[in-house]
Amino acid sequence: MSDTNTRRVISVIVMNESSVLARVTSMFAARGYNIESLTVAPIPNSDKSHITIETQGNARVMEQITKQLHKLIPVYKVIEHEEMVEKEMVLVKFPIAENLSDIASLASAYNGGIVNVGKEMVVAQVADEPRRVKHFIEAAERYNPCEIVRGGVVAIER
Amino acid sequence: MQMSGAQMVCEAIIAEGVKTVFGYPGGAIMHVYDEIYKQDGFEHILTRHEQAAVHAADGYARATGEVGVAMVTSGPGFTNAVTGLATAYMDSIPLVVISGQVPLSLIGTDGFQEIDAVGISRPCTKHNFLVRSLEELPRILKEAFYLARSGRPGPILVDIPKDITVDIGEFNYPDSVHIPSYKPTYKGNNRQIEKAVEAIKKAKKPLLYIGGGAVLSNAYKLIRELAEKTQIPAVETLMARGVMGAKNPLLLGMLGMHGNYASNMAMSETDLIISLGARFDDRVTGKLSEFAKYADIIHVDIDPANIAKLVDVDYPIVGDVSTVLKKMLPLLDDVNTARYQAWRDILKRYDELHPQSYVDSDEVIKPQWAIERLGELVGEDAIITSDVGQHQMWAAQHYPFDRPRQWINSGGLGTMGFGLPAAIGAKRAYPEKTVINITGDGSILMNVQELITAAEYKVPVINVILNNHFLGMVRQWQTFFYEKRYSETDLSFQPNWKALAEACGGIGYDVTTKEEFDAALEDAIKQNKVCFMNVAVNRFENVLPMVPAGGALFNMMLPPKTEENGGEK
Repeated sequence: MSDTNTRRVISVIVMNESSVLARVTSMFAARGYNIESLTVAPIPNSDKSHITIETQGNARVMEQITKQLHKLIPVYKVIEHEEMVEKEMVLVKFPIAENLSDIASLASAYNGGIVNVGKEMVVAQVADEPRRVKHFIEAAERYNPCEIVRGGVVAIER
Repeated sequence: MQMSGAQMVCEAIIAEGVKTVFGYPGGAIMHVYDEIYKQDGFEHILTRHEQAAVHAADGYARATGEVGVAMVTSGPGFTNAVTGLATAYMDSIPLVVISGQVPLSLIGTDGFQEIDAVGISRPCTKHNFLVRSLEELPRILKEAFYLARSGRPGPILVDIPKDITVDIGEFNYPDSVHIPSYKPTYKGNNRQIEKAVEAIKKAKKPLLYIGGGAVLSNAYKLIRELAEKTQIPAVETLMARGVMGAKNPLLLGMLGMHGNYASNMAMSETDLIISLGARFDDRVTGKLSEFAKYADIIHVDIDPANIAKLVDVDYPIVGDVSTVLKKMLPLLDDVNTARYQAWRDILKRYDELHPQSYVDSDEVIKPQWAIERLGELVGEDAIITSDVGQHQMWAAQHYPFDRPRQWINSGGLGTMGFGLPAAIGAKRAYPEKTVINITGDGSILMNVQELITAAEYKVPVINVILNNHFLGMVRQWQTFFYEKRYSETDLSFQPNWKALAEACGGIGYDVTTKEEFDAALEDAIKQNKVCFMNVAVNRFENVLPMVPAGGALFNMMLPPKTEENGGEK
């Protein structure tokens, strides 16, 4: 079994009931597994919720994560994504004194744009693959961002 | 039918066929206790501590295989019960624990005796519920019993806010349970079973590795049949003692940290482990990288998360041990038992070389002698519970367990104070059987208040205290690994055991000789009262063999063949 730590994205379909998220996250905490990012929202027209967890570990850890998640009573399904479309959103706030057209072109290069302009700040939004979101944040550094909020990964199997 | 939430709790307990509930009342659960007072469908045993209530329900469940039920109040009542929940969780024991909670309107306000019970118990229950409306109470109670006993069993907590126990509503106890996200696998994959059978036929040194799951699955007859048919030798974990039966010639003994030489060597040299309801616990495997290096592994377990958790498995079979064995046995009709003869001979020689032994003494009672003597005097008729420590290991090593559910102990969590309340639960389930709690002078004090419970309800359990005036197992580690610095393990300051038992309505015996031991046990059985047999044993006796923690299973410290001169006494 491979000992190397790899990044994985897991979708967990759960009953949409109180404390279900706590059951999932406390399983990770209790067994010493890692959560890099987590998103959760109800699945439309159902009594279920979709949790997307970005995690990492070796093959044995990943297998245990999947099995331990399955073991939780309100968990319907665990999908270890292989062939997936994954997206992450980020909001970045810049001072209005920065070069707005540069920021707008940069954001549009990453499937985004300026979504709010205030008296002193502008807010840019980007939704793209997590790897590209990281690149965008690196590129945006030179425009002195004052706040960066990442949304966590959502994924869907192709 | 219209009734209060409290009545619904009682009706559900009756509908589930539960005859005995263990518990302790308090503010938030009082409405339920009011209904308990009015009904006559089950008896309630008032323990003197909530922890003991859960252990007693646990002992009841382990002895019978049925779901044990305990009831506690909110806040400290619940937190006291947590050790009991965790004990049952680690050994997969089916329990339903019902706790009171502050009224819904007070939840989250730090109300009097409020604690987040579902939050605290999440990691030590199979599942838990906070009831949020009267309408869902019947369904939750039904699901709680179903979840407790199905799949891999475990404890379920149902936390009920006080106002819900007062509210009146319609009670329809469901006939069946529908939890679409919960589908335990019992059957075992046919193809995998066939492959495993082929591996058994090809193996030269196969070994049955039997765990607590075999007890939970009530698989002992099938396992004995499997061993008989294939003539494959077997080792048992601490939790599986009694499955093969002590007299079975194919049983090598218990393996692990305090396993016997032949068992541990068998595990180290086998080429095929047939694991039946065992989970490769660290106390069994020793150093993982040295564990069963030459073996392929067949792992039968109802919990997929146990498979490949610690060791790589070649033939994973997710399923119930009994169900899987029923499929496996007919496929083994043509097995060549002679194939394993050489392997059996090797193991026999190992056992002759280093049998499970100790050096007896005429001057002082050896704890191992006391266990063996118990075995001779009450043997297969008795139910044996234990606390945790040296006495537990000696009991597991030396008592001739003849059937599963005869041996009741806290294996996974290792809970001192488990033995007496568990014995009360077992004795309540089987009043005609002699129930003996083998305990130590450390452990017994951790739930000693239950003497009162045993006396009040006339549950005559016999507590054999193997008294070495030490917290013995920790002392043993200090001897071996801490240069004999006996930090906080000397228990020389002791109660007057006889007087303590008598003060609580029981009987006490001080035993210092073998003759006194026999006489005390005979009298204890005759008197039919809860008792302490305070047996003075050799202070510095060690549990051997021993695999030091983290060491390889085959590197055992072995018992001396003669009394060592100059040893501590």
